[in-house]
Amino acid sequence: MTIENREEFLNKLASRLGRERRTEGVERPQWSVTPQEEVFKGMNQDELAEVLEKHCQVIHTTFKRTDRAGLTQVLRETIEGYEGKLIVTSNDPRHQEYGVAEFFEEAREQLDVHVWDPAAGKENQRIAEKADVGLVYSDITLAESGTVTLFNNKNNGRSISLLPKTFIAIIPKSTLVPRMTQAAQQIHRAQAQGEDCASYVSFISGPSNSADIEMNLIVGVHGPIKATYILVD
Amino acid sequence: MSIKLGEVPYKDRVQTGIEDDFMRQAVSSAQGRFRNGRLTQAAELGNWEDWRELGSEIRTHTLQNLDYYLKQLSDNVARRGGHVFFAETAEEANQYVKNIIKKKQAKKVVKAKSMVTEEIGLNKALEEVGAEVVESDLGEWILQLDEDPPSHIVTPALHKNRQQIRETFAKKKGYTGSDTPEEMAAFAREQLRQDFLAADVGVTGCNFAIAESGAVTLVTNEGNAEMVTSLPDTVISVMGMERIVPTWEEMEVLVGLLTRAAVGQKLTSYITAITGARLEGEIDGPEEFHLVVVDNGRSKILGTEFQSALHCIRCAACINACPVYRHIGGHAYNSIYPGPIGAVITPLLEGYDDHKELPYASTLCAACTEACPVKIPLHEHLIRHRQIIVEQEKKAPTAEKLMMKGFAKWSSSPAIYNLSAKMAKPALGPWTKDGMIENGPGPLKDWTGARDFYAPQGQSFRAWFKQRQKDGETS
Repeated sequence: MTIENREEFLNKLASRLGRERRTEGVERPQWSVTPQEEVFKGMNQDELAEVLEKHCQVIHTTFKRTDRAGLTQVLRETIEGYEGKLIVTSNDPRHQEYGVAEFFEEAREQLDVHVWDPAAGKENQRIAEKADVGLVYSDITLAESGTVTLFNNKNNGRSISLLPKTFIAIIPKSTLVPRMTQAAQQIHRAQAQGEDCASYVSFISGPSNSADIEMNLIVGVHGPIKATYILVD
Repeated sequence: MSIKLGEVPYKDRVQTGIEDDFMRQAVSSAQGRFRNGRLTQAAELGNWEDWRELGSEIRTHTLQNLDYYLKQLSDNVARRGGHVFFAETAEEANQYVKNIIKKKQAKKVVKAKSMVTEEIGLNKALEEVGAEVVESDLGEWILQLDEDPPSHIVTPALHKNRQQIRETFAKKKGYTGSDTPEEMAAFAREQLRQDFLAADVGVTGCNFAIAESGAVTLVTNEGNAEMVTSLPDTVISVMGMERIVPTWEEMEVLVGLLTRAAVGQKLTSYITAITGARLEGEIDGPEEFHLVVVDNGRSKILGTEFQSALHCIRCAACINACPVYRHIGGHAYNSIYPGPIGAVITPLLEGYDDHKELPYASTLCAACTEACPVKIPLHEHLIRHRQIIVEQEKKAPTAEKLMMKGFAKWSSSPAIYNLSAKMAKPALGPWTKDGMIENGPGPLKDWTGARDFYAPQGQSFRAWFKQRQKDGETS
């Protein structure tokens, strides 16, 4: 991999800053204030779930809550509500854990489910493009902003949450954190220990939207037009 | 396109803006909504000043160590399979991207909204090598079809109404639907989806690069940046060299400040961090990733008293707070960066020659400084610009120079001063009605064009005071 023109470029910056190049020993200072640590501090998972539910109204996202036993029923209703026939989803061990794999099997007659398959190459994208519903599990859920965090990888393509008409995220209650601060800290800590971040980290807060025409809010532009979060206790 | 939009003189641009009733109404309503959004978010956090302080400290530290963090960033991008090119000028940046397009024999390029690519005129450069360039942000797409420059850095097509947009769609894309925003957006979705799928190369800007990982963070509501980075096999991100943070932790703070200050959202619908090329077995994302780091005049600001202007995170909060922008609109600044931040950085990036009026497009009310989420002292920079324009550049407006010369002569002679104070009333008599001048002559015209001017009273304060003492009214 190439890096071009770097030395002269950075030398010039150092000289503009009136000093020698700094190539090591730079540490972030102790910030004088850390307000990000204080938001929803000490809240338990149920309180965070309430924050999430409330914010879903702001981001035009349907919020549903259930437990493991009720999940397949809620999922079925949501997919029906979206007139979903073709579903694209990640190749995720949580399908087994949450009984979703079993549900796909049962609903085989009504639903065409495509599980992301690295071996199928670009065909995955073509299916996602036609799909009615993209279904994923949240890796970290940010209560404050109603955000689903995805670490996309070869089993969980970015297209799943992007190309289909609608978007469903299953949110394990244990993934709830107050805000983006905690997600950023988690990724930072891993990176500091030498564990590289995913090639694609997505923070998704509801369906796509735009206010570019006369400042009118339009929900559903390039990404999904509708979104549902299913919180699972 | 470059930073400068055209050759129309400042006064005429301002006049055009002031006479555009739709634009002024749209700007004032947008300003109101954006400002309310920001203020609501700030109030909800409760300690907004702490957040601004944190934002300011992060930006200060990063810029002070810019060489260190850019090295770390580029090392990490390369380690993650990406290429990095450091471009000192717009031409170098454009040439590098052109070479990739040629090498890839790319026919179609899709772009996500990016101010820096507007600044360096990348679209035109790519068209020169025969590539079709498609802007995918809804507002940018509208402007591209209409060949019109942006007037706001967050909602670029703010100055267009729905009828104009419908007409543009009809003329350029054969649209036959109504002018409802929903229907037009659905049409744009359908059209642009085909472009995303067919594109050979995706081009993005960069909201914040994360040095520790080599990631490029993109902030959108529409999901277009995600399309641009997920579908084409080659992705090129272009960043202004100052758009960088040390770690994910600072990215998070600044993104939260950006989305709140820009549009009053806690986060936008999509925040995406893309790192290098796709990994083995991955289908989405580019197999070839390039990061172009652009100087284009920024290093001239580094190490100067204007350094904090590089702290800008492009939220447009200052633009949305500015009473002058409210009346003259974005195009009057003749820069892709309008409003207070535009008036500060445009002369720094391109020199005073073409932009010496901009620091005067301000009332110095400091609403911009107060709105800035990273505490850039914008109005103080504007005052300093004026000082430099007058004292070092000797580019003060001619009328102002003449007036100052005249004032010096006039006020240093008591006899002339007293006489003129007496004569002012009869001299302006023909233009005076009920003690007011509504349509004054000569230099008064600019004032009375918009508001009335009190007619001189024919008696100076000194004369009035003397008379009052003589009359014994001292209580």
